[in-house]
Amino acid sequence: MNNENTIFQTHDLAVGYRNAKQVVTLLQHLNLVLEKGKLVALLGQNGAGKSTLLRALTCDERPLSGTVEAGGKNLHDMSQKDRSRLIGLVSTERIQAGALTVRELVGLGRQPHTGFLGRLDDEDRAIVEQAMVDSGIIGKANDYMASLSDGERQKAMIARALAQQTPIIILDEPTAFLDVASRIETMRLLQTLAHDRGKAVLLSSHDISQSLMLADELWLITTDRQVLTGTPKQLVSDGAMDHLFTNRDIHFNPTILDYSF
Amino acid sequence: MSSNRYILTLIALTALLVLLALACLVFGSVDIPVSKILDILAGKGSGNKAWDIIILQSRIPMIITAALAGAALSVSGLLLQTTFNNPLAGPSILGVSSGAGLGVAIVILALGGSLGGIFGESMGSYMAVLVGALLGAGVVLSVLIAFSAIVRSNTMLLIIGILVSYLTSSVVQLLNSVATEEGVHNYVSWGFGNFSGVSVAQMPIYAGIIILALIGAALMVKPLNALLLGTRYARNLGINVSRTRNILLLITGVLTAVVTAFCGPIGFIGLVVPHIARMTLGTSNHSRLVPATILAGADIALLCAVASVSNPHGIIPINAITPIIGVPIILYVILNRRRIQYFN
Repeated sequence: MNNENTIFQTHDLAVGYRNAKQVVTLLQHLNLVLEKGKLVALLGQNGAGKSTLLRALTCDERPLSGTVEAGGKNLHDMSQKDRSRLIGLVSTERIQAGALTVRELVGLGRQPHTGFLGRLDDEDRAIVEQAMVDSGIIGKANDYMASLSDGERQKAMIARALAQQTPIIILDEPTAFLDVASRIETMRLLQTLAHDRGKAVLLSSHDISQSLMLADELWLITTDRQVLTGTPKQLVSDGAMDHLFTNRDIHFNPTILDYSF
Repeated sequence: MSSNRYILTLIALTALLVLLALACLVFGSVDIPVSKILDILAGKGSGNKAWDIIILQSRIPMIITAALAGAALSVSGLLLQTTFNNPLAGPSILGVSSGAGLGVAIVILALGGSLGGIFGESMGSYMAVLVGALLGAGVVLSVLIAFSAIVRSNTMLLIIGILVSYLTSSVVQLLNSVATEEGVHNYVSWGFGNFSGVSVAQMPIYAGIIILALIGAALMVKPLNALLLGTRYARNLGINVSRTRNILLLITGVLTAVVTAFCGPIGFIGLVVPHIARMTLGTSNHSRLVPATILAGADIALLCAVASVSNPHGIIPINAITPIIGVPIILYVILNRRRIQYFN
């Protein structure tokens, strides 16, 4: 499973949450591998642990046990600065940046590379422009974030992650609030970033059919808390897609690549 | 385009600062001819000893005190608004000023003097007052950090700040009930707000601490901008969020405490000025916002100072003026929040 394209992997990772009374394990014994140049979609029903897993992978929370490794180093032992040059994040967190222009927002992606005051030099500015071109948001570079549509805002956030120049981009539900056209556009953009720029792109999604069509690999969280990995083709033919939802009345229909009654 | 707007704004704010400072020199309970004021400024003296003293030991210190107080409170407000991700945060509304005031009251009583000793002559006594104010502000900020981890709602945090203010003022009243009548009187007049409380001898400490803390704030523009994206994005950009937050709140506490100890608990400036700066510049980018907030804060405080000495029958308390300027601006901001970019 391990090869030269591996950029990131987990060893016997267990994730969940601790509260005052108990430790709740959501997923365990995870040995997941992320490769460069691939678009990976993480699918699972609500509460399955998608966000919790992503939070452990981005080091926003400590895993219950096991490790996340990149380049032979344990991610949780790295400095914040080193991690910020490894993983770019796009999350659903509400941001307060309505009065920043798209260019200023994307410029914030350069922070891991800039000095104490965060000033951008010519090289930084060129990288910011290129990130906006690549994400298709350059036409709105001087617009306020507040004036953008949801789809445009997501492109700007992706451009910000691109400007960070990390080999890995992790996105928590990047298409959640988007209409169908913007969803497809966003997924196509992420696919391009993986295939043409060699990024390892991992996203969580509720959008089963688009993930099946566009992702190179799926991580499926099944109802019995296993994570099945493989290409969409493999997983569909293995019947894995029928273990995604607890509801017994819906079944996966391979011809439409979606669920039906 | 936006770069020009920034430079023009800074020039306009600086010009206004100079005009307001001149107005503060000229207006006052004693009429001094402008030509004589110029003579005094040139170091020649006016030939009238009383005038020399009024200008050099009263009006000039008041101008510096007011300008620095306005800048300090406004930057405090800006840091609080960004740190708590809450555009209606400010040092007085969150109870930081009243915490500092409580610290001042406790120290004065513990030293055995009346509350009127705030502006006492001995170095030791005003250092103790400063420390009291710092501790008071620090306790309130710690309470706010603790609550902000539990209650995620912005509105609830504001209400907690208001509750803290009530609590501290009730403690101060209990302290007052055991204080001398003169102490109570002095405490009440301190509460009105006043920019004339810093003597020439105290100025280096007052100005020194504020200027250092303002420089500290200006050095934090990078993490402040990252925090606009929320804590998770900030962490992803390599920012140590809890350390950054502690530094920002320390700077806020120092700025608010020093101003409160010397000038009283001054409301509204800290809440309003960051909005004025953001709306004038049309950005939330802190590398532009911090300088504009410093200048606009100094301007507003000097405007209040001019207004306070404009009454021929006596001085109008600063805290009677700040709401008249502040409330309409805050109402405007609240009513237009859907149209103002930084709310969206």
